[in-house]
Amino acid sequence: MKRLFAMVKARMLEVARDRLVLIWNLVFAPLLMVGMALVFSGSPQMVAKVGVLGDAPLTAETYPFLGTPAVQFYRESTPEEGILKVERQSIDLLLDLRSQPARYWLNDDSAKGRLLQQLLMAGDGRAQPQPVSGEQLRYADWLVPGLLALNIMLSSLFAVGHVIVRYRKSGYLKRLKGTPLRAVEFVGAQMIACLILVVVITAAMFTACNAMLDLRMEGNYLNLLLVAAMGSMSMIAMSLLVAARVASEELSGGLLNLIAWPMLVLSGVFFSLDGAPSLVQALAALLPLTHMLDAGRAVMLDGAGLLDIAPDLLVLCAMTAVFLALGAWLFRWTSD
Amino acid sequence: MATVLSVRDLRKHYPKVKAVDGVSFELEEGRCLGLLGPNGAGKSTTIEMLEGLVEPSSGEILYRGRPLDAHYRQRVGMQFQATALQDFLTVRENLELFHALYDRTLPLEQLIAACHLEDFLDRDHRKLSGGQRQRLLLAIALVNDPDLVFLDEPTTGLDPQARRNFWELVQAVKARGTTVVLTTHYMEEAYLLSDDIAIMDHGHVIARGTPQSLLAEHFNDSVLELPAIEVEGRQIDLPLVRKDDRVEILSADVNGALRKLLDAGLSLAQLKIRPRTLEDLFIQLTGKELRA
Repeated sequence: MKRLFAMVKARMLEVARDRLVLIWNLVFAPLLMVGMALVFSGSPQMVAKVGVLGDAPLTAETYPFLGTPAVQFYRESTPEEGILKVERQSIDLLLDLRSQPARYWLNDDSAKGRLLQQLLMAGDGRAQPQPVSGEQLRYADWLVPGLLALNIMLSSLFAVGHVIVRYRKSGYLKRLKGTPLRAVEFVGAQMIACLILVVVITAAMFTACNAMLDLRMEGNYLNLLLVAAMGSMSMIAMSLLVAARVASEELSGGLLNLIAWPMLVLSGVFFSLDGAPSLVQALAALLPLTHMLDAGRAVMLDGAGLLDIAPDLLVLCAMTAVFLALGAWLFRWTSD
Repeated sequence: MATVLSVRDLRKHYPKVKAVDGVSFELEEGRCLGLLGPNGAGKSTTIEMLEGLVEPSSGEILYRGRPLDAHYRQRVGMQFQATALQDFLTVRENLELFHALYDRTLPLEQLIAACHLEDFLDRDHRKLSGGQRQRLLLAIALVNDPDLVFLDEPTTGLDPQARRNFWELVQAVKARGTTVVLTTHYMEEAYLLSDDIAIMDHGHVIARGTPQSLLAEHFNDSVLELPAIEVEGRQIDLPLVRKDDRVEILSADVNGALRKLLDAGLSLAQLKIRPRTLEDLFIQLTGKELRA
């Protein structure tokens, strides 16, 4: 245990003093995440954009069509500029309220424009709105767990994988091989150090996002912490497997990207996989990020308890065990 | 004296090269073995096998009669040609880290004093000078109070003063009774520190003995050196070897050689007479300069 703790301490000191890594993890990554969450936090999401000519207020009182939900209205300065934007489909429709009756321009190739045309033509109030029951889920509430999980994945994969490959390349692992330190102690120390860092940083990011966006949190914080820790462990173990023998940072970077990108696309970070082909959904179920994200969202959005998320946690446990066993078996101190 | 290390028919064969091809020797407790050889002779591979870092293709290495095991790692120290340490750690933190990896250790303060590290204990190890860094690496190699320490070209790249300071540290290590295996490109270093010399070439040990016995075994002559300009255009009845701007005359009969030089009318004002050195032996045995 003395050797394990010495290695954990050394790694923590290294990270704490590496200013670039620290600034990225503690400042830029949370800022980036908060920024993305803010960008996507409008409720509901704008699906179309309409430029309006004239000085009248952009409200439904001025003109009923301006009250159309999910459409962003903005004031356009000149007809020429507006028409050019319509031609280029930068906006979906241009509306001139200075004339009576109102005039509008649209691009015939724009599907959104045609839809807006229908809405505009029907804008006399004859269409009746339907009431919506229950609390509306903001996109930010759905997105933030994905961004947190994404950060856990990237930190866990690249922090441990790159560090071990760098140690091997520099010859530091060779030096350690000449000591009584066992491979399992070294690998364990790297896992513990990385897990501590990832959990602390993720907790800080969650706190920052929550302060700014008042995130929906229906479940237990300890369950969420457990999901984050187990998800991180599975990623770290996967990273150790990649870094078990590689001595080139370029190769390890390529391999880690090869793992990270499918998870990024298929695990439902930015959009739901509901309705996706069954093969894609089956592939997604093989990825640890999917299980971490499903469990995390279930805790945060649905108030899921430990029993509800147990299947995802068991899969993460099994993946960690398999990756770790393979990584330990394949691990080499040197690249000879 | 007890045998610390027994090496029998050690081989390391790679697909296209036989790096080490049948090395055998024994090393007694408290002795310093100097392992010399031109680049590619196999000495680094040999030392890495002795350190337990590289698996031999065949052969046997015994430490105090036992195969290399976990106990061996507790009892040996090593300093590589270029040892990497963990970034961002200070000298003290590096010492503490390695100190924590061993069961039996020297007190850190004793180690710090012995290797003269007091003045830069809180400095990032990456900001040390070459000599300071080698002293830190030696301290790390000694942190477990080893019975046997491997020093692989420890003074390469150091200035002469730093090199001499390092030699004093190694002599202090030897004085504690620690057995040392040293590889070096510096003949003066090998001669000064080594009790025994093993010269390697093409994966074999081609000569082994004390520096004095090796020189006595291979040479019975001395070297007379003169500026080349002194002998140009003169008939001298002696074998001359031209080396850059000087000429060497090898002779077992120094008095006779001097008489012949005087008879030839040479001025002996700049004559130098020296005994044979390890460098001469090395060149004679391997046909190469030590620093290729």
